Amino acid sequence: MFWDKKTETMKGEQLQELQLRRLKQTIHQSQKVGFYRQHLSEAHVRQEDIRTLSDIEKIPFTRKQDLMGGYPFGFLAVPLNNVVRIHTTSGTTGKPTVVGYTKKDLDTWSDLIARNMTMVGVTKDDVFQNMVNYGMFTGGLGFHYGAEKIGMTVIPSATGNTKRQIEMIKDFGVTTIHCTPGYAMHLSEVAEEMHASLDSLKTGIFGAEPWSETMRHSLEERLGVTAYDSYGLSELFGPGVAFECPERDGLHIWHDAYLVEIINPKTGEQLSDGERGELVVTPLVKEAMPLLRYRTGDITMAMEDGCLCTRGRKIARITGRSDDMLVIRGINVFPSQIEHVLLKIPEVGNQFMVYVDRVNHLDEMTVDVEINRDYFSGELFDLSRIQKKVVKELMDALELRTTVRLVEPGSLPRFEGKAKRVIDRRGDTI
Amino acid sequence: MDVKKYVIKQISIFSENRPGRLAAIAHALGEENVNILAFSIAEANGFGVVRALVDQPEKAYKKLSSIGFNVAFTDVIAVHMHDRPGGLYEIAKMLGDANINIEYSYAYSGKEGAVLILRVDQVVDAIEKISKSGATLIESSVFH
Repeated sequence: MFWDKKTETMKGEQLQELQLRRLKQTIHQSQKVGFYRQHLSEAHVRQEDIRTLSDIEKIPFTRKQDLMGGYPFGFLAVPLNNVVRIHTTSGTTGKPTVVGYTKKDLDTWSDLIARNMTMVGVTKDDVFQNMVNYGMFTGGLGFHYGAEKIGMTVIPSATGNTKRQIEMIKDFGVTTIHCTPGYAMHLSEVAEEMHASLDSLKTGIFGAEPWSETMRHSLEERLGVTAYDSYGLSELFGPGVAFECPERDGLHIWHDAYLVEIINPKTGEQLSDGERGELVVTPLVKEAMPLLRYRTGDITMAMEDGCLCTRGRKIARITGRSDDMLVIRGINVFPSQIEHVLLKIPEVGNQFMVYVDRVNHLDEMTVDVEINRDYFSGELFDLSRIQKKVVKELMDALELRTTVRLVEPGSLPRFEGKAKRVIDRRGDTI
Repeated sequence: MDVKKYVIKQISIFSENRPGRLAAIAHALGEENVNILAFSIAEANGFGVVRALVDQPEKAYKKLSSIGFNVAFTDVIAVHMHDRPGGLYEIAKMLGDANINIEYSYAYSGKEGAVLILRVDQVVDAIEKISKSGATLIESSVFH
């Protein structure tokens, strides 16, 4: 099924013409942002130098760190009174990355989500339970408005209270769910314990964290759904950037809205089809916050053309990151954020180690931190207080509950050169 | 009354809860010829505090710090108990009647009889109340 068949299946010259026209518009829009005026002038690129799509290589990349420099509104190309919504996503330091949307942006975005959901066969007859965070995270409101646009019956259940979520699925006859794959697994286990039937379910949309084919089989078996992978990032609106079709062999990225490059993350050179590298995207339809050659940090590859569904070329499922970003329960975490939090707490040292495990299908993050010698009173109570303080500060900064272990001063490894502070023990399987 | 002579310096050592930490502490104290008179371990959430009464607290502090341990002194008091059934009750009842709140406590039974070591929040006040009650406080010079 198609939401917008003409656009979704557009290929060849027609698509390239559209992309080039929109690329030029985007570059024009970007020149309303101080950073991009400087960015292009420093690279000695004028707007008129971009005559073909391949001319995009003349433009330097935009990195997440660049966005930090513009906090809070430095990357807006429109006046704030034309911005109708703000979302944020994890930054690499203490400040989050801010993303703004105009009314038109929200319309474009929900349209992309509507395409995705229609592509996997859900319609206005479906009942949709959206079990992700509805706050600053783009996954909640993003899917919400896309599903409403289709005319689905939307249940904005958000996260938490798994038993209640299961009751609603049962009582409201929910057919379609959206959540992280880890939470879906947890949900299936709680349902089993409750002896609750989830018979009404037929479609599971899972995203915000990488998941394996083994996980897919397991989720489909346990929940009785067909499971689809959803990809997006807040800087590119949020979810809806790329999505699996019923073939479930790679994700369709919307070429009318996103100009895709795959690069070697070390050299920045473009890679050919079938070569794994970092996904670089120039969004072609963003109004409030245009970006040029944005480095997503996600590792994938361009797949060959010719999907049976007749839509455009796909990218492979994401297999990792080119930087040290972690995805914990669907939340992006940079080790530098943890460092930033610890720097503000005098009772503990600045060295740390992070361990990531999967316990009952859910990610658990443990942070080891040294107690500061000068703050040891000899009392267990004071140590517990310090431990709780670190948990709270991390919670405030990361929006994630972590386990904090206080360790003896000087006991954590000191790194010369590149620090290896993260031990991810989740492995590849479920 | 000179309350100070009843204030005993306990050493409190921060320790991760993992095998071999107590051995490392005990070995270091043994090397320095420091005798441990009483000790206890308190644990919370993956870490703990080893509390010890030793004959040479300064020496113990220096040695343990030098090998990387995080050490602090804590003021405690020691009360003599009759080493017989009901001995703890007599003291505990006295503390309760005197309205002294115990943060933590440990005990040993040695050649001077049975001793209850107490960590209280108001040390001076506790010493005065215990003295008045007729119980016997043990001077710090007995330990170090």
